[in-house]
Amino acid sequence: MRGMELPLNHTQKLRLQKALESLESLSSVTNSNASVTVADSIPVNQEDGVLKGHGTTELEGEVVATVCGVIERVNKLVYVRTLRARYKPEVGDIIVGRVIEVAPKRWRLEINFSQDAVLMLSSMNLPDGIQRRRTAVDELNMRSIFEEDDVICAEVRDFMRDGSLQLQARSQKYGKLERGQMLTISPYLVKRRKQHFHHLEQYGIDLILGCNGFIWVGEHVEIKDNMIEDEPTKPDSKNKKSQISTTLEEQEETYTTLETRQNICRIANAIRVLTTLGFSITLDVILEIVDLSTKKGLDIHEMLGAEFCVLVAEKEAERRSVSTRRKR
Amino acid sequence: MEFVSPEGLRLDGRRPMEMRQLRAELGAVSRADGSAIFEMGNTKVIAAVYGPREVQHRGQQLNDKALIRCEYTMANFSTGDRMRRPKGDRRSTEISLVIRQTMEACIMTHLMPHSQIDIFVQVLQADGGTRSACINAATLALADAGIPMCDLVTSCSAGYLNTTPLLDLNYVEDSAGGPDVTVGILPKLDKVTLLQMDAKLPMDIFENVMQLATEGCKAVANYIREVLMENTKQLENRRGV
Repeated sequence: MRGMELPLNHTQKLRLQKALESLESLSSVTNSNASVTVADSIPVNQEDGVLKGHGTTELEGEVVATVCGVIERVNKLVYVRTLRARYKPEVGDIIVGRVIEVAPKRWRLEINFSQDAVLMLSSMNLPDGIQRRRTAVDELNMRSIFEEDDVICAEVRDFMRDGSLQLQARSQKYGKLERGQMLTISPYLVKRRKQHFHHLEQYGIDLILGCNGFIWVGEHVEIKDNMIEDEPTKPDSKNKKSQISTTLEEQEETYTTLETRQNICRIANAIRVLTTLGFSITLDVILEIVDLSTKKGLDIHEMLGAEFCVLVAEKEAERRSVSTRRKR
Repeated sequence: MEFVSPEGLRLDGRRPMEMRQLRAELGAVSRADGSAIFEMGNTKVIAAVYGPREVQHRGQQLNDKALIRCEYTMANFSTGDRMRRPKGDRRSTEISLVIRQTMEACIMTHLMPHSQIDIFVQVLQADGGTRSACINAATLALADAGIPMCDLVTSCSAGYLNTTPLLDLNYVEDSAGGPDVTVGILPKLDKVTLLQMDAKLPMDIFENVMQLATEGCKAVANYIREVLMENTKQLENRRGV
């Protein structure tokens, strides 16, 4: 079993098995026999006309799957939704990525796609917030905005003609992410939604579920509107004083309290447990798991143990059975 | 030496047309995009696939299709006598090339331009038929990584000893010096993508042996398909709505 190298004892094994079986029985009600593997033929009604989508090809008049996954049909379109695969970007997706190269006028980002994504200097807001042409000086100061190995949040802008990807970060909510952890999970576990930025007020934490399977858990940062920041020039002697005070302020700013750090770890571990079990990641589920761990009085490190994993599986089975009953 | 006893049993107790037991497992390497362990009897192979990802050396980048790279290695402990193996020896270079070519034939490379796919296969236990086991493991790993392929590739070997065609030779039979035919097929398209033999055989006998190996390939294909189907269903069920 994938990623399940947990030292389970006999009862835990049985409980896990039972929970997973009940999950299986629940989902087989909703989707019956739509799974295909490579080179399986997909039954279609030829007379209606078929549009072959991703993951399909034609062979001797038959539609054949080229990947393992689930058949999806939208009117005439037939395509195969892959499960475990690299990220397939769509315009407007919110993604988290890591800078791997600072190139002329652009940054290259690793985003779990088949190529590196490109973030142009011209397609992001400058730190001073003024809209203007980017000059050669801006280009030289690119490292002051993002350096190599920085984690960044951005939006997919469009595809170039050769298939490479362009990003944009034209808002205060995009940009560099600091003071937190990035988690890497399989992209099929993250669903596209209206909301990918979450501010968890009770924990003081920002959670970004990137569509590309990179997830950011970090301390909450107030979005400041830099446009207004137009400080009047001061005399030199005053300026020096204020510089010292800013360094102290900065120190205070960069300090993250222990409680927040623990919350970050707790949420990150909740996501880790969910991914080892292969459950889809949504805000509600994550919060439920965090609540479960605090209710059981578990330490953060105990969340990755066998017992908690079994508990999460049982909880999820219960949750899904309730929600399916409600639907009926 | 007698490889088939008068009762019609081979050295390891199989019938001439019997395969060794197959076992496959997906997701053996957690950091890879796709990975698999494939066992044929005592032969055990692990495969890991990384990609499609950005090309490492810009000069090798192809504008119309993906670059495929393959590396075959044998672990030091894989054979009976433990020995250090130099990395780029002739045998492993040749097998790397064979695996790369067979996989390249079935991967739809034109869908992933400007990218590269790396396939790493390592033999953990060698007991004959490592070539075919590696190809089967690579197919599974590629399917696990969600890389589009026009068909699965499966492979199996067959030999001819004591005037009997034998399916799926083990190490003792392999080193007997008789002919060893390795066949790789695309089961759905019913085409041969790999055919290797380092000896001479009369035409009619060769046809029999190859037929036997092809049957073996089809049996492997059925098993691989079962494993993939089970894995897909499991992932989908777990994921939920």
